[in-house]
Amino acid sequence: MQARGQGLFKGMWLTLKTLFQKPPTVMYPTEKETPVPRARGVIALDPEACTVCMLCARECPDWCIYIEGHKEEQPPSKEGGRVRTRATLDRFDIDYALCMYCGICVEVCPFDALFWSPEYEYSEMKISGMLHDKGRLTDWLETVPDPPALEA
Amino acid sequence: MSQTLDPRAAAHVSEVAVSVELQTPGMTINLGPQHPSTHGVLRLVAELDGERVVNVEPVIGYMHRGYEKLSEVRTYPQITALVNRIDWVSGFANEIPLMVAVERLMEIEVPARAQAIRLILTELARISNHLVFLSSYPLELGASTPLMHALREREHVLELIEGVTGGRFHPNFNRIGGVKPAAGGGSTQKKLAQDLPQGFLSETAAAMDRMLAICDDMDTLVTGNEIFQARTKGVAVVPPDLALAYGVSGPNLRASGVAFDLREHEDYLPYDKYEFDVVTGENGDCFDRYQVRLEEVRQAARIVSQAIADVPSGPLQAKVPRVIKVPKGETYVRAENPKGEMGYYIVSDGGRIPYRLKIRSASFSNLSILPWALKGLLVPDIIALLGSLDFVLGDVDR
Amino acid sequence: MIPLVAVEINFYLLLVLKILAITGVMLGGSLPIIFGELKISAHMQSRVGPYYAGGRWGWAQPMADGLKFFQKEDLVPAAADRQVYKLAPYLLMVSTLAVFVIIPFSPDLIAADLDLGIFFALAISSLSTLGVLMAGWSSGNKYSLIGGLRAAAQIIAYELPLVLAVIGVVIQAGTLSMVGIVEAQIDMGVPFLIGGQAVAFVIFFIASLAELNRTPFDLPIAESELVMGYLTEYSGFRFTTFFLAEYAGVVAISAIASTLFLGGYGFWGLDSALFGPFVLAAKVGILAFLMIWIRWTWPRMREDQLQTLAWKWLIPISLANIMVTAIFKVVF
Repeated sequence: MQARGQGLFKGMWLTLKTLFQKPPTVMYPTEKETPVPRARGVIALDPEACTVCMLCARECPDWCIYIEGHKEEQPPSKEGGRVRTRATLDRFDIDYALCMYCGICVEVCPFDALFWSPEYEYSEMKISGMLHDKGRLTDWLETVPDPPALEA
Repeated sequence: MSQTLDPRAAAHVSEVAVSVELQTPGMTINLGPQHPSTHGVLRLVAELDGERVVNVEPVIGYMHRGYEKLSEVRTYPQITALVNRIDWVSGFANEIPLMVAVERLMEIEVPARAQAIRLILTELARISNHLVFLSSYPLELGASTPLMHALREREHVLELIEGVTGGRFHPNFNRIGGVKPAAGGGSTQKKLAQDLPQGFLSETAAAMDRMLAICDDMDTLVTGNEIFQARTKGVAVVPPDLALAYGVSGPNLRASGVAFDLREHEDYLPYDKYEFDVVTGENGDCFDRYQVRLEEVRQAARIVSQAIADVPSGPLQAKVPRVIKVPKGETYVRAENPKGEMGYYIVSDGGRIPYRLKIRSASFSNLSILPWALKGLLVPDIIALLGSLDFVLGDVDR
Repeated sequence: MIPLVAVEINFYLLLVLKILAITGVMLGGSLPIIFGELKISAHMQSRVGPYYAGGRWGWAQPMADGLKFFQKEDLVPAAADRQVYKLAPYLLMVSTLAVFVIIPFSPDLIAADLDLGIFFALAISSLSTLGVLMAGWSSGNKYSLIGGLRAAAQIIAYELPLVLAVIGVVIQAGTLSMVGIVEAQIDMGVPFLIGGQAVAFVIFFIASLAELNRTPFDLPIAESELVMGYLTEYSGFRFTTFFLAEYAGVVAISAIASTLFLGGYGFWGLDSALFGPFVLAAKVGILAFLMIWIRWTWPRMREDQLQTLAWKWLIPISLANIMVTAIFKVVF
């Protein structure tokens, strides 16, 4: 049993010690933390890989992905062959104002067209600016990091 | 004003005039829905006599987000992303009972490594949740420094969770049959297995040391503080029988002296492999509720330290069909969440979406004791009790 | 007063000069303490605190905050009692300002060396209760009302130990004049804190924390219970006045405590006339740091515990202190 009032001064000693420690604050925006490679910051799109299968748009829990596409006729690969059709992506928008960053779209994509990037600095003054179109999503692609090494 | 006095009011006035004792009219005060210490949007309609509470009526529902109804139009993987947000302070722990319920209905055996990862992350979520409590509770009693100290250490836990799952608050890392799958259907390097990243185990060990250190700091800064003890000891005592009758669970129940921990009684995660104590209080007052949570941080750190020492190897996910259809049936799985007993009751009609999903959240039941417990307390004690119950309004209203 | 001014100055001009000087002292004392509170509290909490305003260390933060408040709309709630509501902050400010009149910065540098100096200070600082009560009562808000009433109950309870603690000093010094009290300490060679009034100092310090509504006695504000207590409805300029008055109060009470117990402007081996103001400022700074330190470490007490502390402990102890001091005074 400690003497009455002792606890008060032990606490004061602790705050005094903290007073002379360096605070762990990272002085954003002059300093920046590096987010972990797996951080779910923003979704990048590889338009070449996308086949407009709409799986991501369908599986999205709050339906914030908008996709439009059309079929294009491809010339036959061999002389006299069949004319092929290929789906072409016209519009691929993700509304980050709606997105809840669950990553289901990245997971369900069967053709590896979507990736997570840890970038986070894309706040906007207007909510409409949070709708990223195909070009902007493609730009994120170069920020996609390599996956982290794994624990054995 | 006196000319147009209502006859009933006039009768009241004369009554006051003739009464010998000084009678002060009661005051009805609305604490919330916007109030600094109601953890969101709880509203308490309190009738006060001076500073003493005569009667109190909690009004909830300001944050009703309709999870149970939303879940009826979403597939099981989509629900996983939703349930993170029920009790956002311990996001990961919310996913576990749902996953286990679905796995039981589908009769899937989860691999040992996935189980261990789930367990580690659940305990990390528990630490993070309790550190939020340890930070906000002294703040409500007027000491703001423990807030920053505890949150500073919580950051280390959140970084660990983020390193594995990619999310700090909403991990969304569990999948039916295991943890986040190796990849989608694609084949590039960027979607490799979501196993534990390198360095996780050593970082966790270091972080657990920090957790024990901050617990000691909290002992110095808060537990030992005589003013804190005076404010919490003997305040808002909840006797064990009443706690059980109201369905109070988790640390709040254990603080009343009932050694009931679902981690011991249910087998949703392999807790039987690890050693830990079920912490109980003696008096069921605010101080015990605080003390139990502080001790649980230590116990959780103990479990994590044991778990990282021996993570079984093996696959991360059981074989599951691509399209998840849950066989017809129903089940209820409950788990020991940081805030108490959390359970999901799933009724499946055999399709991709549940027919009905009932969520039993801990905070709602813990809160139900408020009208009983608040009667007769002083205004500062309202805050002491509210804080010590550690509820989150998202968990109450769902 | 100011011996530097050898020529006869007009009485009214002197009055205006004195008022300006005291306002300047009040501001010059409060702003560093506000800044100190921001910065010290931040580092005690592992934070950085003000960083950008004014360049290095964010030293201009208090001024920037003040300017921001000036731009805010001055809201008066519809249910408020307008005159009382508007008057309250000024009453509080005036009562705090008036205390500065009797604080001696050096043997000659004092606005008015009243014979009843310390009595005047205690009397005039009690007026601040009225300001708080007026603010709480007139706001037309239940939180404010509870806050105001708490403040009234608290200050009634703590005014007594405050005054009783001072009585010990007065008995030992044999005078009520502030300069006289300091000179008595200089004559004795040690400040009263060491020379017999340590208990009185502790009581005075605790009671002054309660007078200033600072943690652990900040019940009238108690932001987790009463939102902001009696300040809830105030905004803009009036809020700034309250805010400034709080810190001016810290300076004033610390200055009185330094004068009474720590030897005021006197320090061993330093010329009082020359270094007096700096010595006093250093002592005020130490006491203010102590107050800040306590505020950012301890939680808040409950109303009944606060009353218990005052009536069951502080008042009996301070009465005993008076008795012991009186006996010593008579015997020796």
